[in-house]
Amino acid sequence: MARAVTASRKALTTAIAGALAFLMFFPILWIVVLSLKTEVDAIRAPWQVLTSGWTFESYGAVQERSDYFKHFWNSVIIAFGSTLLGLVIAVPAAWAMAFVPGKRTKDVLMWMLSTKMLPPVGVLVPIYLLFINIGLLDTRFGLVIVLMLINLPIIIWMLYTYFREIPGEILEAARMDGASLREEVLYVLTPMAIPGMASTVLLNVILAWNEAFWTLNLTASKAAPLTAFIASYSSPEGLFYAKLSAASVMAIAPILIMGWFSQKQLVRGLTFGAVK
Amino acid sequence: MGRITLDKVRKSFGAIEVIPPLDLTIEDGEFVVFVGPSGCGKSTLLRLIAGLEDVSGGEIRIDGKDATDVPPAKRGLAMVFQSYALYPHMSVRKNIAFPLRMAGMDKAEQDRRVDDAARVLNLTDYLDRRPGQLSGGQRQRVAIGRAIVREPAAFLFDEPLSNLDAALRVGMRLEISELHERLKTTMIYVTHDQVEAMTMADKIVVLNAGRIEQVGSPLELYRQPRNLFVAGFIGSPKMNLITGPEAEKRGAHTIGIRPEHIKVSDDDTCIWRGTVGVSEHLGSDTFFHIHMPSRDEPLTVRAGGDVDLYHGDHICLTPDEAHMHRFDEKGNRIE
Amino acid sequence: MATKASRAAARLMISPAVLLLLGWMIVPLSMTVYFSFLRYNLLMPGDNPFVGWENYKWFVTDPSFSAAMVNTLLLVGGVLLITVIGGILFALLLDQPMWGQGVIRIMVIAPFFVMPTVSGLVWKNMFMNPVNGIFGHLAQAIGMQPIDFFSQIPLLSIIGIVSWQWLPFATLILLTALQSLDQEQLEAAEMDGAGWLSRFWFIMLPHLARAITVVILIQTIFLLSIFAEILVTTNGGPGTATTNLTYLIYVSSLLQYDVGMGSAGGVIAIILANIVAIFLMRMIGKNLDA
Repeated sequence: MARAVTASRKALTTAIAGALAFLMFFPILWIVVLSLKTEVDAIRAPWQVLTSGWTFESYGAVQERSDYFKHFWNSVIIAFGSTLLGLVIAVPAAWAMAFVPGKRTKDVLMWMLSTKMLPPVGVLVPIYLLFINIGLLDTRFGLVIVLMLINLPIIIWMLYTYFREIPGEILEAARMDGASLREEVLYVLTPMAIPGMASTVLLNVILAWNEAFWTLNLTASKAAPLTAFIASYSSPEGLFYAKLSAASVMAIAPILIMGWFSQKQLVRGLTFGAVK
Repeated sequence: MGRITLDKVRKSFGAIEVIPPLDLTIEDGEFVVFVGPSGCGKSTLLRLIAGLEDVSGGEIRIDGKDATDVPPAKRGLAMVFQSYALYPHMSVRKNIAFPLRMAGMDKAEQDRRVDDAARVLNLTDYLDRRPGQLSGGQRQRVAIGRAIVREPAAFLFDEPLSNLDAALRVGMRLEISELHERLKTTMIYVTHDQVEAMTMADKIVVLNAGRIEQVGSPLELYRQPRNLFVAGFIGSPKMNLITGPEAEKRGAHTIGIRPEHIKVSDDDTCIWRGTVGVSEHLGSDTFFHIHMPSRDEPLTVRAGGDVDLYHGDHICLTPDEAHMHRFDEKGNRIE
Repeated sequence: MATKASRAAARLMISPAVLLLLGWMIVPLSMTVYFSFLRYNLLMPGDNPFVGWENYKWFVTDPSFSAAMVNTLLLVGGVLLITVIGGILFALLLDQPMWGQGVIRIMVIAPFFVMPTVSGLVWKNMFMNPVNGIFGHLAQAIGMQPIDFFSQIPLLSIIGIVSWQWLPFATLILLTALQSLDQEQLEAAEMDGAGWLSRFWFIMLPHLARAITVVILIQTIFLLSIFAEILVTTNGGPGTATTNLTYLIYVSSLLQYDVGMGSAGGVIAIILANIVAIFLMRMIGKNLDA
């Protein structure tokens, strides 16, 4: 098993890894710093930035200038709405494939996965035209539907791999114990599956929150979530560093926190169980 | 009550027939062991009885009533799984009470039964724990507890001891036997371990490739194996099987002699001679693997613990003719 | 466990998901294919005549198409190179015993959770801006001419930004794979006289091969569709220097309103993605049997 490592070697690894990790993390750290500066201070050289005064004014300004919370709320509805809607459709499907596998189960799963491989740009035109015709363009509902559809394969796959880890014998035991299908799902399967479902929700909220193809192309202003809201800073206004930083921090903070909780699930979810 | 009858029961998965039509009767209160090598269909047979698999043909009757299409929960059987299949998110108490809760029994009666079962199985102190906090033996007892509270017509055990270490296995074996003595309920027990079969069973069913090779009490199988398969499977160490002139001399294609029915001597009045290969001195017994010029495989012989012979020693053997088993070319016993 | 009753129920439970995905795949896909054979521009109302392969011909012979293909290839290849090699090194490093491993790991992974528009804009303004960005300030401080990243090395800059986003993904997956390596195997190799480099080459790398393939395939799928980072930084420019296939199709269909042309491009993108997808699906399918 693990061998004792000399303290000096451990210190050296810690120093190297720490330095590299700091570099990776620095851009995020830096926008936090800039968001707490005045516009004038924010464009100074880094060493001058660090010694200048601190202020929260940019956060207030972002809300005043462009109604940050409207977009935040859009993001919440789109991310959680699409995930929960997806969950409702995916849970029965994943349950059935995991516990009543048939000859074609594998093919169905692979086919579902293949829909995820469809490049979004390949169907941009028809979706865009359909959205115009049905009046879904720039609506939260439209985005909920589209993001649900593009993430549905991932949700089904993740749930499937979690469900498959629940030993079939336990469900058989429940059946022997006299549980009906409903009771089996309610008292045995659901409590055992909740951790897996929670991870699935977490990862898919993250994916939907950060999705930046459909959210940019299918919204104008009304339904624009944070991805599109931030993109509006790409115009010369983006040179207001402090405000851009404040808006960015507010856009990524919630998901960063959720992301740290979901490291393990990330691997499973994004590799479709190919790496665990 | 728990009399289970299988009438021409058949099971195939797709084109593969794992159990050809099979008849078997299990009497009320009997402890029946299904034994056979892995893949012989013994677990499938148990699952057919449990109702966890649909039969492809034939009829299963429990206490005279046709149960072939009755769902598992309604058959009045309880099962103990190989992995124990405990509900990890429920306490031990809730695990044991689960079948009672499903049956809609009132809370007080549930508690009374769970407490009784826990007392019998020495689980009283663990009722509030989760299965994850228990040792293997304790989990096994919880699984048994969950089965006994229902007061089923019969218990089904699917290799319940195979996940336990050797010492615990012997202990649990005794506990299950004692439980059977106390409850007098029918038990069907699946194992690949012939020692478990011999020690626990009233009746052993030896299965091979989905077919019943022989049904009988442990000693019947030991004394009168009906064919070569049973002869080789029951008994430890294995019966020696000999073909060639020695067999022909006794009017058989193959003769079988168990290691314990060969006498070791150092005088010259013996029938077979050989050289000691590996010798295993257990203290109480000694197992010799004897090399003989006429055979490729060594002959296994069981002698007393005081026989001091070692690798390379010459040895003189006398088989006990009264305990010799004779088989024809098809492998069937010649009486 | 499967009995007849549960089988019928199972089919019923799968069908909503199947029908939705089937609709999602077939309806827009067939529309794309159909549009790609029409002369169809939203700015020119009227008939949309069938024009055969004309859109494809125009799309493929347009000089920006070959530029976009090269850019796509460079973008995908460059990011893969950086993230896979960097990811292996990071994973090996993070697998070593150290203090504060949890915190270090979290810091390395963080960039993956930053939304593409934010990372694009933050790098563009706060780091790569020649006047006010950190790199500019640093260059001036040591008396060098600041690099104007998006005019001088636009594609490389985008490769850098995207690599920053995906390096954590590669690291995380390779680290997970590395941690599943049986320590006794490494000890056995050590007893057999294998030095650190041979252990890496003969034991660790083969063990990682699968995970590396998965990283490459999955990243390729996502990298082929890089869009937001380009939109907020360079708008595909200067010229077509940073226009990839996805962006080119976006320009034809939503900026030039040429539905026919955009659709033809879409079909080409689908074919390209499918080539990668086939390999990925094989890998995943194999794992499903295991």
